[in-house]
Amino acid sequence: MNEALLKAIENNSKRTVTDLSAMLGIPELDIAEQLTQMEKDLIICGYHTLIDWDKVDTEKVTALIEVRVTPQRGEGFDKIAERIYLFKEVKSLYLMAGGFDFTVVIEGTTMKEVAHFIGHKLAPLKAVQSTATHFVLKKYKDYGIVLDKKPKDERMAVTP
Amino acid sequence: MNRELNKIALTIPPSGIRKFFDVVTTMKDAISLGVGEPDFDTPWHIREEGIYSIEKGKTFYTSNAGLLELREAICDYLDRRFELKYDFNEECIVTVGGSEGIDLALRAITNPGDEILIPEPSFVCYKPCAALAGGIPVPIPLKAENEFRLTREEVEEHLTDKTKAIIISFPTNPTGAFMTKEDLQPIADLAIEKDLIVISDEIYAELTYEGVHVSIASLEGMKERTIIVSGFSKAYAMTGWRIGYATGPENIIGVMKLIHQYAIMCSPTTSQYAALEAAKNGDEDIAEMKAAYNNRRRFMVDSFNRIGLTCFEPKGAFYIFPSIKSTNLTSEEFATQLLLQEQVAVVPGTAFGESGEGFVRCSYAYSIDDLKMAVERIEKFVLSLENKKD
Repeated sequence: MNEALLKAIENNSKRTVTDLSAMLGIPELDIAEQLTQMEKDLIICGYHTLIDWDKVDTEKVTALIEVRVTPQRGEGFDKIAERIYLFKEVKSLYLMAGGFDFTVVIEGTTMKEVAHFIGHKLAPLKAVQSTATHFVLKKYKDYGIVLDKKPKDERMAVTP
Repeated sequence: MNRELNKIALTIPPSGIRKFFDVVTTMKDAISLGVGEPDFDTPWHIREEGIYSIEKGKTFYTSNAGLLELREAICDYLDRRFELKYDFNEECIVTVGGSEGIDLALRAITNPGDEILIPEPSFVCYKPCAALAGGIPVPIPLKAENEFRLTREEVEEHLTDKTKAIIISFPTNPTGAFMTKEDLQPIADLAIEKDLIVISDEIYAELTYEGVHVSIASLEGMKERTIIVSGFSKAYAMTGWRIGYATGPENIIGVMKLIHQYAIMCSPTTSQYAALEAAKNGDEDIAEMKAAYNNRRRFMVDSFNRIGLTCFEPKGAFYIFPSIKSTNLTSEEFATQLLLQEQVAVVPGTAFGESGEGFVRCSYAYSIDDLKMAVERIEKFVLSLENKKD
């Protein structure tokens, strides 16, 4: 595992092997090999694009659902988690410490669709005790990137 | 009219950088590699502390030497990072950026006619400040074959019975040169032998990429003759806050405080509170920025060597200093033609002293994407020069 390489692509997976090689001082072949290995080892799990859907006409609704569950004997939380994350509507799923057990992030096209998913798929699951749903009104920052602001270089063009 | 003005000030030439600045600002699509400051924003927790101090009404003068808790934090920081021990009461002063520290140090130690040794290429303020303090600046040309490090022999060649002090600055703006403890020892020995004061500008101390910065003040017998000048500008991306400091022997810092007290009163209070947060809780910010600079540094050295502008590997600061001798142009011609033809601004090496001839300074305090675009344009420019030769 190469932490410097991971950091170099963490916020820009479009970097070419040639650039990464120059940036990290590692031969191109080694970079390519390490990337492939880390993909195989599921250290790198995917390459996504951060899109601000608010700027696109497509309707999107995001909801954060707090879920309380009763863990099943011999299965713990993981089995319940699997039953939840297999739904394609579930974008993210986290096991939590604190007042509830899971945070489920759902994405749908309308509130009705999200409500339907919760009412008909999530809440009726045998292990689920209760749910509390919160809808996202606006995303300001996601994955460390401020969505609505293009950074501007405020520096003078030439300084000593 | 001129006879009424300060004679020394009138002899100071205007900055070699200024005219490039004037041209670049008229160009719409210019990419500038000419900036001598970080591209990062000041980390939010530091800015927030400055804002909070204003909200709390901390808008009055502080003590002349700077907030006591800031001086204490600075001395803790120097001990933690560089094993330097200073008494925050007597051996530390908070200044308006590192620049004021340089000016104060020179004014505190210089008598008319004292010679001040200044290795070049180096930051632009040393010579004028030495002259304005009544001293005679004596440049020591550094050599590319030594990767612009200073040697004992070079200092010896320029010593006279009037030599009072030497200003060193490693890592260096504009070359990125770096001196190890072993490199510094012979300079320290000579300083002790010849009873020289050393002004050590350590503003880039946190930005070293191979090996840790060693201050000359930490070598045996050097603390009592060294004034360290540093600040928050480069390490914490705080250039506009204008906040720096100096540490050194009590008697010298005492005189510096005296001049500062009448010239400046105290450093800006808001900036002092922000700096306090930086010195206490900013180590992680430094590490993050440094890692980013390091990637860019390797990218730039690799790119410039590839396009035929040879460049030694700078081990500190955020500049590369490639040789442009293969183009048969002077530094100024190269920079001017590159700007007009490809709209890329670099700074001629001569802006940092005559020994900078044949080199240009390129800052890598830019995103990799900007650097890539700049390198592509520079490559195009170099190819066009080669085609002309053919």
